[in-house]
Amino acid sequence: MAVHKSAQRDLTMSRRASRIQRLGRAVGEGFLFLVTSLSMLAVLFIFYYIARDAWPFIRQQGLAEFFGSGEWYPSSEEQPSYGAQAIFFGSAMVTLGSVVVAVPLGIAAAVCLSDVLPFVVRQYVKPVIEILAAIPSVAFGFFALVVFAPILQEQGGPLLALLCWIVFLPVALLGALVLGDVLADRVPGKNRGTRRTVLTSIFGVAGLGLLAWAGSALSGLEVTSGTNALNVSFILGMMALPTIVSVAEDALQATGRELREGSYALGATRAETLCRTIIPAAMSGIVAAVILGIMRVIGETMVVWMASGNTAKIPAPWYDFLEPVRTITASIAGDMGEAARGTMRFHVLFTLALALLVISFVMNLLSQWVVNRQRRKLSGS
Amino acid sequence: MTRKTMLAVAVLTSAMFACGQDTEKVVIDGSSTVGPIAKAFATYFMAANPDINVTVSESGSGNGAKSMVAGNCDIADMSRAMKPVEFKHAVENDVLPVPHVVALDGIALVTHLSNPVQELSMEQIRDIYLGRIRNWSELGGPARPIVVITRDTNSGTFESFEKLVMGDKKIMSGAEVVGSNGQMRSRVESTPAAIGYVGLGFVEGVRALTIDGVEPTPRAIKTGDYPVARPLFMYTDGYPELGSALYRFVTIYLSSEGQEIVEDLGFVPVTSY
Repeated sequence: MAVHKSAQRDLTMSRRASRIQRLGRAVGEGFLFLVTSLSMLAVLFIFYYIARDAWPFIRQQGLAEFFGSGEWYPSSEEQPSYGAQAIFFGSAMVTLGSVVVAVPLGIAAAVCLSDVLPFVVRQYVKPVIEILAAIPSVAFGFFALVVFAPILQEQGGPLLALLCWIVFLPVALLGALVLGDVLADRVPGKNRGTRRTVLTSIFGVAGLGLLAWAGSALSGLEVTSGTNALNVSFILGMMALPTIVSVAEDALQATGRELREGSYALGATRAETLCRTIIPAAMSGIVAAVILGIMRVIGETMVVWMASGNTAKIPAPWYDFLEPVRTITASIAGDMGEAARGTMRFHVLFTLALALLVISFVMNLLSQWVVNRQRRKLSGS
Repeated sequence: MTRKTMLAVAVLTSAMFACGQDTEKVVIDGSSTVGPIAKAFATYFMAANPDINVTVSESGSGNGAKSMVAGNCDIADMSRAMKPVEFKHAVENDVLPVPHVVALDGIALVTHLSNPVQELSMEQIRDIYLGRIRNWSELGGPARPIVVITRDTNSGTFESFEKLVMGDKKIMSGAEVVGSNGQMRSRVESTPAAIGYVGLGFVEGVRALTIDGVEPTPRAIKTGDYPVARPLFMYTDGYPELGSALYRFVTIYLSSEGQEIVEDLGFVPVTSY
């Protein structure tokens, strides 16, 4: 019946039908355009409104104190000071720390998922990693405050020593092997095999000794306060992990089977294929993954507010991750409630927000540029 | 839209309006210190008046004041008196804040239970928060650097502490900041070298220090002997109409049941039945 009916339909549309269709298309396109421009407008409006409330501060106080001083007392009634240096430093420190935690781990996990693990295992492991992204940040913060901080305080030294061993033991062994192999050619003598064994074991023992020294130095450390830059860096690293793993793994997958088979066909081993072909080919995606992870870390508020200690002060030796720090996001969240509308204290927080917005905007542009350049380089050669 | 769906929407909307008329609402926002009192009052009040719905949020004293001026809540819980600036802002928006002192609260200086230091003077506390005293050994305790913890500037507890203890001095920038009484307690409870301050209802699991020889007891707070104490407020827009739900709610503290509730939460009632 249906076939019969469609056969009966004319090839040319009636004028009325075609007009309806044209109208439908215009309405559809208009709607989609509206939706798209709405999200564009939202971004512009956020920029505008934040900049508008930041302007009174910039006009009256200038930015010299804001960027040049570390004295953050916006709530003081007699002598307020608005030096945000320590806050910017805190944000940078925490971001750097979490990058150190999340990037090597994330990329290694992505490579493992896409090229090392069997397909069946991957099907189960990837969703589990992605669940990490579904855990609300307040739960992470609670964990950091109530579980992780006391552990750091009580077992901080031994924990750090253990971490040091786990990370650097493979590095030391690999380094000893490679060094021994390379230097064996440089030293004159008859039996290369013996030379290599001797050199490798010398380097190995030296490396282990160094590691043992570092480990004992670390385990002697006493962590006075568990809510510090290290705690937050670690937790934020965990939070950025699913983003990095997921996006990087997709990028690695997207390089395709042909590339891998081509590489094998040229006689490359699996390790060579991975390091020399697949990872460079997926580099733009991996960089995008890292940047997305960093953005999540910079914007995160709840965890840093709960577990970073929120001390607006640059740590005493500046690299000391065991000192509490304060980030831009936590400062805004922590000070906004009491800041009466229209006061300097209110406007300085908007200036912080504007700075944060500009930072993430620049990061975003930078990542676009990196990704584009990488793509051009790959397709160009 | 078909006639049927239109009808359904109309019925639903009218039902919603009907609901809105049936149950009265009392919306409360503000201090996280007064919050537990407001919540306990709300439970007691709703049990007696099932047709009145009371909601309690805790977003900080300052936010509570803002919220009331904006017309978003009927009662602003505050753990400090309203500031002239806030009062001015309120009056400019045709809101007349009227305070009800529902309870008294001592701010207890708290340390870890393993810390042998039991007593400090106001002077010593000030020096700790100024960063002049940095190690517990200077106070007769173990040789450990003091982990100084303070509250965020959003909290009324912070403002009261600053006013009562610090005077016009600034707390050192090296102090850690936490966001609530509960967080403060859990930080101090798990950190042997910590010192912090909490409302009197939050001293379980930590040691409340004796200050200038006076323990933070209800009696010492009522007599004014304990130096770090303050009234807790509920603000309303004008004095509530006598007999209204709002009136009955903000006068619970005057009843003996109200006194019991306040005492149970670890605060000091203003009445003594």
